[in-house]
Amino acid sequence: MKKFKFPMRYVPISATILVFFVVYLIGIISFDNFGSPKVFLDLFIDNAYLGIAVIGTALVILTGGIDLSVGSIIAFTSILIAKMIESGCNALWAIALALVIGILFGMLQGWLIHCFSLPPFLVTLAGMFFIRGCGFIVSEKSIPIKNDRVFDFIQNNLTVTLGKGLHLRFIVILYIVVLVIAIVFSQRTRAGRSIYAIGDNELAATLMGIPVGRTKILTYTIAGFCSALAGVVYAIYLKAGNPLNCVGLEMDAIAAVVIGGTLLTGGVGYVFGSLFGVLVLGLIQTLIIFDGRINSWWTRIIVGLLVLAFIFMQNLITKISKSKSKSH
Amino acid sequence: MNKTSNKFRHLVWPLVSLALLLLFNALFTKNFFKIEIKKQDSAQAVQALSGTAESPRPGTSWITPENYEAAGDSAEAAANAASENAGAAANAASDAAGQQQAVPEKKDGNGVSIFGYYLYGTPIDILNQGSKVMVLAIGMTLVIATGGIDISVGAVMAIAGAIAALLISMLDAGNCPGASMGPAFYWIIPVAAALVLSSIAGFWNGMLVAGFGIQPMVATLVLMVAGRGVAQLITDGQIITFDNPGLVFLCNGHALFLPFSVWIVVTMYVIAGLLTRKTAFGLFIESVGNNERASRYAGIEARRIKWLTYVICGFCAGVAGLLAASNIKCADSNNAGLNLELDAILATVIGGTSMAGGRFFLSGSLVGAILIQTLTTTMYMKNVSPAIVQVPKAMVVIIVCLLQSPVFRAKVLSVFASKAAKGGVQ
Repeated sequence: MKKFKFPMRYVPISATILVFFVVYLIGIISFDNFGSPKVFLDLFIDNAYLGIAVIGTALVILTGGIDLSVGSIIAFTSILIAKMIESGCNALWAIALALVIGILFGMLQGWLIHCFSLPPFLVTLAGMFFIRGCGFIVSEKSIPIKNDRVFDFIQNNLTVTLGKGLHLRFIVILYIVVLVIAIVFSQRTRAGRSIYAIGDNELAATLMGIPVGRTKILTYTIAGFCSALAGVVYAIYLKAGNPLNCVGLEMDAIAAVVIGGTLLTGGVGYVFGSLFGVLVLGLIQTLIIFDGRINSWWTRIIVGLLVLAFIFMQNLITKISKSKSKSH
Repeated sequence: MNKTSNKFRHLVWPLVSLALLLLFNALFTKNFFKIEIKKQDSAQAVQALSGTAESPRPGTSWITPENYEAAGDSAEAAANAASENAGAAANAASDAAGQQQAVPEKKDGNGVSIFGYYLYGTPIDILNQGSKVMVLAIGMTLVIATGGIDISVGAVMAIAGAIAALLISMLDAGNCPGASMGPAFYWIIPVAAALVLSSIAGFWNGMLVAGFGIQPMVATLVLMVAGRGVAQLITDGQIITFDNPGLVFLCNGHALFLPFSVWIVVTMYVIAGLLTRKTAFGLFIESVGNNERASRYAGIEARRIKWLTYVICGFCAGVAGLLAASNIKCADSNNAGLNLELDAILATVIGGTSMAGGRFFLSGSLVGAILIQTLTTTMYMKNVSPAIVQVPKAMVVIIVCLLQSPVFRAKVLSVFASKAAKGGVQ
């Protein structure tokens, strides 16, 4: 008789979910009102842009690559939209242009990485500098988005009211929709499965006839799109654009992916986990804000330690599963 | 191809780029190559370049105090030059404040310049400003040569600057053992503490990478994320300023005609060069980078070698952190060394060191660092906003990477070859 065994590959994501609930529980025990649904919803509202960016990063990391241009693309997109609206352009056109630029930029990065086998780290690093500088070319100062019909419409009409004082804002709905699409894409489509195959062993994937180049470029394109979309969400969230925004956000995104149970070497992990990675980051910040006594730089240290803990756990799991496959 | 040209082949593209950049400056930037010999005491007699009316530049990246004196002690000019200099707007204020303090101190003759004479001009300043990245690049080259990477150096720089500033402020206040040595000597304590602490940070990275076998990018990510938090913790979230002559001398003083920081770079380069080329250490690093398992079977302590390179990298980051803090006379945990890990990696890669490990060129890394700094300084002199400088920087990086990519070369060559073949048929 076969004994039920918890599959090894679900361990990291279960640990992430566990960490989330433990942190949440600590919050509820320590502070009044921490468990109120408003706090929980705010968690989504404040981190929707990060969540969308993390989806792209997670897919890229699953292929075994890395994308460092996330934060810069968000800043560039938000300032571009703000500038275009300020100069009298329709907001929808501005958003469309921003998304197209994000897609093209991601595609360019993927093309450079694949066609000239340049290290992803370097290409996206240069991309990060490049697009950040482009943001400063658009405007060196923060630009507010005022009295725009589209943005007002999004805020006033596209909000679902769940109860008294509880509003599901458009950006949260957008995040959840993108997340669901990304989960289905990574688990149920041919391209999505190819991403896992490439991340696991690129040479083997090539030999199996998987279109490695196409998939890799597609992944970086998706990442570019996600970052640009995150920039749009950021512009909606702040109602302003600033080329200085989101410096170092790429590291938060990578941390969220790692905490979300994805192996940085690629091939192992779930896009779904990134949701909890983002929520854990948000929860830690909320906890520190609630406390009010702890200095905010503890966030960095705690996040660093969490990342370390997850890395150790994943290493352990990799070792165990390797020794198991040897004994068979 | 003969042996010599092989030996220096990695330097060709970086040097060509650097030469092109310098040529551009020689043609289009006024007074770029003007180097003057200055005497410490007769500083007022010599008019500084940036102060003269015919100079098209609003301010260049100098650190020498004569600048401000010649500019009529104008605080505005100082702030202007400092903001051009610092690159980051956030640093500008502290920079200006720091350098204004520098003027009276140097007049007092606190042993700031040895021999009284030193060279003074834009190329010298490029060397001085590039010293941080050059020092970082030395350590980074060794780490990358083992097939690793250290993305925590920026955070380690912040930690080193923070502990040095904290200790010097404690010593100034007299509540730390060693204060009896007097301000002329006790700056050694914070310097030593910063170097020890940064070496420990490197040891931690090495432990994660070599000891626990975590992939380098991930292992150093931990310290990169947490390190700035630690630095904030050390300084209690404050920006600590200091004016200890010894500590300030590191990046603002002169010795033997050149800025002292240049001599630090030279010393570290010579030591690293001797260590890697005159002992077996360099060979071991390359063999570990090429094939860790094979070198372990060959009897090389692969783990220990890797571990050691991370400690060296941490140490280098500590030196760079001290230089950065000394330059602006304060420890700013948020901005010290921000994005410098990227510059260091770029310098290393531009210099011909392969990211896959297995071969490294210390001289190439230094040339790469100088190339990056020359590019930055050129932009500033052309009145490009510091924020926009990143755009051409990124393009140069991609172009140099493409030129060094074997795949790109093969593709370009094949295009030329097919064209030549077609031409032959016709």
